[in-house]
Amino acid sequence: MRVTFTANGKPVEADDVWEGESLLYVLRERVGLPGSKNACEQGECGSCTVYLDGVPVCSCLVAAGQVQDREVRTVEGLAEESGDLGLVQQAFVDAGAVQCGFCTPGLLVQTDALLATDPQPSDTDIREALSGNLCRCTGYEKIMDAVRLASARTCAKAVSE
Amino acid sequence: MEFLRPATWDEALAAKAEYPTALPISGGTDVMVEMNFDVHRPSAILDLNRIGDLATWSIDGDTVRLGAAVPYSRIIDELSGPLPGLALAAHTVGSPQIRNRGSVGGNLGAASPAGDSHPALLAAGRDVFVEAASVRGTRLIPIDDFYTGVKRNSLEADELIRAVHIPVADGPQQFSKIGTRNAMVIAVCAFGFALHPKSRTVGTGIGSAAPTPRRAVEAEEYLRGVLAERGLWESGDLLGTEVIQRFGELVRDAASPIDDVRGTADYRKHALAVMARRTLTWTWNDYSKQIRSAA
Repeated sequence: MRVTFTANGKPVEADDVWEGESLLYVLRERVGLPGSKNACEQGECGSCTVYLDGVPVCSCLVAAGQVQDREVRTVEGLAEESGDLGLVQQAFVDAGAVQCGFCTPGLLVQTDALLATDPQPSDTDIREALSGNLCRCTGYEKIMDAVRLASARTCAKAVSE
Repeated sequence: MEFLRPATWDEALAAKAEYPTALPISGGTDVMVEMNFDVHRPSAILDLNRIGDLATWSIDGDTVRLGAAVPYSRIIDELSGPLPGLALAAHTVGSPQIRNRGSVGGNLGAASPAGDSHPALLAAGRDVFVEAASVRGTRLIPIDDFYTGVKRNSLEADELIRAVHIPVADGPQQFSKIGTRNAMVIAVCAFGFALHPKSRTVGTGIGSAAPTPRRAVEAEEYLRGVLAERGLWESGDLLGTEVIQRFGELVRDAASPIDDVRGTADYRKHALAVMARRTLTWTWNDYSKQIRSAA
């Protein structure tokens, strides 16, 4: 079947999609957006987290046919239009929150969603928000640092604006 | 495989009548796992995402009509007042991403004994109904008749779950669940408990400790009797350790768990008695406070 939807603001079209195929597969293999990572395929790890109509979800658990005419925003869509890294992405780089990097795209989207609703989360709020994103390298401390840094920068930006 | 995308509820019922073996999908948090691992390949997938009604809820008098596809995250945000037990259960489901997609309709459709909604629905009382519909009409299935076996429910092949009718809480409710961590846990076992002061009854629900979610009937009857005989609904006085202990034992005895990878039968029975005592104590303390502050 054919599936058409919006990915990071641009219309995309995927042909020959199998009816049981996931949105994650379509993003990675059919429309050239391999940022979202394929790890557990059962919603346990959060590496494939994307926005679907503004709500963060595991793209491995969304059937491709379900996104027809809807809006998807992936980790690629977190960057600035200029191509520079977005605020959350830069914070992860600056805090050294990336080791192997496989979990990073999901963490970036989930952190972006957290700060959009709660720009100044407590540590408990951060842990709860990221509880569906597994990282097997870092022990999470650098990730916590990165989210705190992104939070501080988000707040500073809001003040200066 | 077919991918069916009805735009309206009537179209969905027509599609389910035409393809009775079609697998309904909404949040996909169960269905897509089966698809990704090729556990199950249905003849057709019936996508319900376009039917906006399914993701709405309303309150009519003292009953909440919860659309089958209202995601857990919205139950937590919007319904923790009228449905405190279900909201607590919803908070233990998976992760934020899963709670953004998963719904009570999916839990009921899958009918896994480990589904987190079930103990809360059972505890909410006997006036909980699953609204099932087909091209033949709509029926309200009492929650006590809904679960028929491991991952089996009383839906007919041409029926879809449209909503769940749940009484608005008129007393404290609690939910407790055992797992290895707070997030991403399939319950080793779970327990829901509710006080219903208006009807002078209590509700229980056991999860992951029998072939189906089930009520601890004797425990409910025992506690109802004690509360009535001793005038405790009126006084809000202490229950006493003996009553709490006995309640825990009766809940434990109502379970018939198995040994599996998540835990042993003995552990589940022990844990259920502990959770029953705790949830009873928590809710009764809340109720006592309400009585005293009203006095």
